[in-house]
Amino acid sequence: MSGAKADGSGAKSATGGALAGLRVVELASERCAWAGKLLADMGADVILVEPPAGDAARQYGPFLEDRPGPDRSLYWWHHHTSKRGIVLDLETESGRTALRKLAATADVLLESEAPGTLAAKGLDHPELCGANPRLVYCSLTPFGRSGPRKDELATDLTVLAAGGPVWMNGYDDHSIPPMRGLGHQGYAMGCHYAVMSILTAILWRSASGEGQHIDVNLHAAANVTTEAGSYSWLVARDTVQRQTGRHAGPMPSMPSQMRCADGRYVNTGVPPRKPLEFKRTLEWLRSLGLEAKLPEAVFLQVGADMESIDLSKIGQDDTVTAVFGAGREAMNLIAQHVSAHDFFIGAQRAGLAVGAILAPEEAYEDVHYKARGMQVEVDHPELGRKLRYPGAPYALEKGAWQIARRAPRLGEHTQEILAELG
Amino acid sequence: MTSTSSARTASSADAVSGTTAGRPGALGRFRICDFTGQLAGAGATKWLAAFGAEVIRIEDPVTQGLWDILRPMGPFVDERRGPDFGGGFNNHNTGKYGITLNLRTERARELLVEIVKRSDVVSENFSKGVLERWGFGYERLRAIKPDIIYVSNCGFGQKGPYSDFKTWGPIVQAMSGLTHLSGLAGEEPAGWGYSYMDHTGGMYMAIAILLALIHRERTGEGQWIDMSCTDSALTLTGTSVLDYTVNGRTTRRPGYPDSNHSEHPAMAPHAIYPCRGDDEWIAIACRHDADWQRLAAKIAAPWTGDARFASVAGRRAAQVELDRALGDWTRPQEKWGLAKALQALGIPAAAVAKPEERIDQDENTRAWGLFPTVTHTKMGKVRVDGLPAHLAKTDWKIERGAPCVGEHTDLVLGRLLGLSDEALAKLHAEGIV
Repeated sequence: MSGAKADGSGAKSATGGALAGLRVVELASERCAWAGKLLADMGADVILVEPPAGDAARQYGPFLEDRPGPDRSLYWWHHHTSKRGIVLDLETESGRTALRKLAATADVLLESEAPGTLAAKGLDHPELCGANPRLVYCSLTPFGRSGPRKDELATDLTVLAAGGPVWMNGYDDHSIPPMRGLGHQGYAMGCHYAVMSILTAILWRSASGEGQHIDVNLHAAANVTTEAGSYSWLVARDTVQRQTGRHAGPMPSMPSQMRCADGRYVNTGVPPRKPLEFKRTLEWLRSLGLEAKLPEAVFLQVGADMESIDLSKIGQDDTVTAVFGAGREAMNLIAQHVSAHDFFIGAQRAGLAVGAILAPEEAYEDVHYKARGMQVEVDHPELGRKLRYPGAPYALEKGAWQIARRAPRLGEHTQEILAELG
Repeated sequence: MTSTSSARTASSADAVSGTTAGRPGALGRFRICDFTGQLAGAGATKWLAAFGAEVIRIEDPVTQGLWDILRPMGPFVDERRGPDFGGGFNNHNTGKYGITLNLRTERARELLVEIVKRSDVVSENFSKGVLERWGFGYERLRAIKPDIIYVSNCGFGQKGPYSDFKTWGPIVQAMSGLTHLSGLAGEEPAGWGYSYMDHTGGMYMAIAILLALIHRERTGEGQWIDMSCTDSALTLTGTSVLDYTVNGRTTRRPGYPDSNHSEHPAMAPHAIYPCRGDDEWIAIACRHDADWQRLAAKIAAPWTGDARFASVAGRRAAQVELDRALGDWTRPQEKWGLAKALQALGIPAAAVAKPEERIDQDENTRAWGLFPTVTHTKMGKVRVDGLPAHLAKTDWKIERGAPCVGEHTDLVLGRLLGLSDEALAKLHAEGIV
């Protein structure tokens, strides 16, 4: 694999992934798919249970060569790596019996059905944990398993709208609707908490021998994944307001995105604040031959020569105000003359936390991610080729992350798994 | 440090002792030697502490713990300021112990060695190489405790061309594609109005720690984990990455992004629409034709019968007109009532909730106990973020606020390392702690 990490951490260790030996039964749903992938890529034997018609997400675009088909969805491929697939019709007694047998061999059951659905089939945690007391049974639902809103329907958009992130994302112009970011991040938030919960329960089980039920709530997950939006209210009863490309806040803040000479944007984070940062900014300006174009450049030198700079004096002390303003003006001027990439590199060399706003594919091809092994190849034998996927979210040296195989085709492992069950 | 003598004698059930055996909580048997800060690091160990792990924050007495920049930052509960009054810091550090060690001194480094010997995990999210420069890189940690789990979390990781560069949440989001994928085509990116990746980086750090604990349990091996928030973030844009690697399609193309509309799967109408009042909105997602037909029946206006709106493909092709007409219908309506009415029809819909609405006015949130009140030694009772998962047998507890600077120095060094009152007094007098 070209994606094997240069330091060897991408190679499969002798003992397998950290979760080798752990069996997870996942009832296919777009809501919990990401959690199953995180477990599967760490070596767990994740068995994905689909109805005979296949999970709905097999029909989600984009598709291989833009031609739809149950085994051609790139969305599906991304969310179901390293899993095995079985078809079971849970509307029939034989399907339910097979699931019970499977759950009896499992360490974890992961499901995202509407509350009550599995109870009606005799497949809820009291039944399955009763038969297998070591089973960790994780339910990931829009509003949790109990509570007054438990039966509300939800999609990624409505989760993020109800849970708080949407209120904080968007544009200074509030006649434009607030925004949600793409990539099913609302589901991802819940899935991250589901994985943390499952691993926590597994560690407790190894001490106690007992499984348990876990109730994960997507709305609550978004609700506590809102940083200062929550604690500004909790602590000071301030309501944050959205602003273009920067933190929502109780008070308006200065813009932090700038358009560079190539039309692309950078996030400037925080402008120069420390003497060394002013010194380096001035050097950067000079290296580009732009000092003469910035009358305020003299204040960069003043800032560089100061022992320390008290930011609380901005607006009160004329020198501090001028120095701080000159830093911003220098950033603006430089941005007009260089590409977003060059601005990013130059600013970081000056010690400033700045990022270029990259498209995902640009990030993927970037030299840094490549060097970190973030391009991995996954074999698609039917296509006779390997395709490139994103790599590991964390670099464990031992029990490392690895995509063991592409996502399962519909029913691909049904016979194999049923034979294992005997 | 003022509060320490009473803390030392407190008989709190969760107080530090020489052993973690028999401590309550799902993770009660683990001790974390914790250097994390901000949210991307502190968020990870908040989870561990909530499930009973003994998390000991190591802080610098000389700078009053200011290597975590959130310590003195607002919001504030009242007019008091200083490193013990940061609202965000309190939110991210509940249930942890806080001690000070002046690692410029040899004696403090000896004490740190003793703490590492008794720890399962060392966690930090400094810039690359900081702990190494202090003499506590992985090789040294492993020499002190062979099966130690060391997790270092920095924006660009420990290796790679950008590993010396600085980040915070918005930079991680920018460099991974997440910012680019939020907003309207042809406009500046809207991005994320907060540090989504500080939260999420902390979650990946927590997952990494838990995975390494499981791996150690199975094999006896500790390890060093190189965590990079930008790596984690890139995986969250993976469907777009595959569209590029497989189909050669880029996300810089006309009409893209269009982030309130749906792509996986194709849905329409699917957006955020205005409601009655100032800056009031509702999200509506018609998953399929049946949802749309029920919505159209509710609207009961001739425009819904437009032939273009009969199929999802037609509605997607004409979604500018569709959104305009639907927005005209939603605009005079009250968002909560409308969401309820649409839910009653079986259509996913939700009011866009403001902080006060989702925190204080939501009955489900209240029933969940999502925002518990903690007791902070100086700030008093403060509400904080709880956790969105309930474990039936070993649920989380978030009761104690973040530690003040050095609040548990004597407690930890006394109980964990067995130092006498006299020895502790000497450490204070000599500026070691």
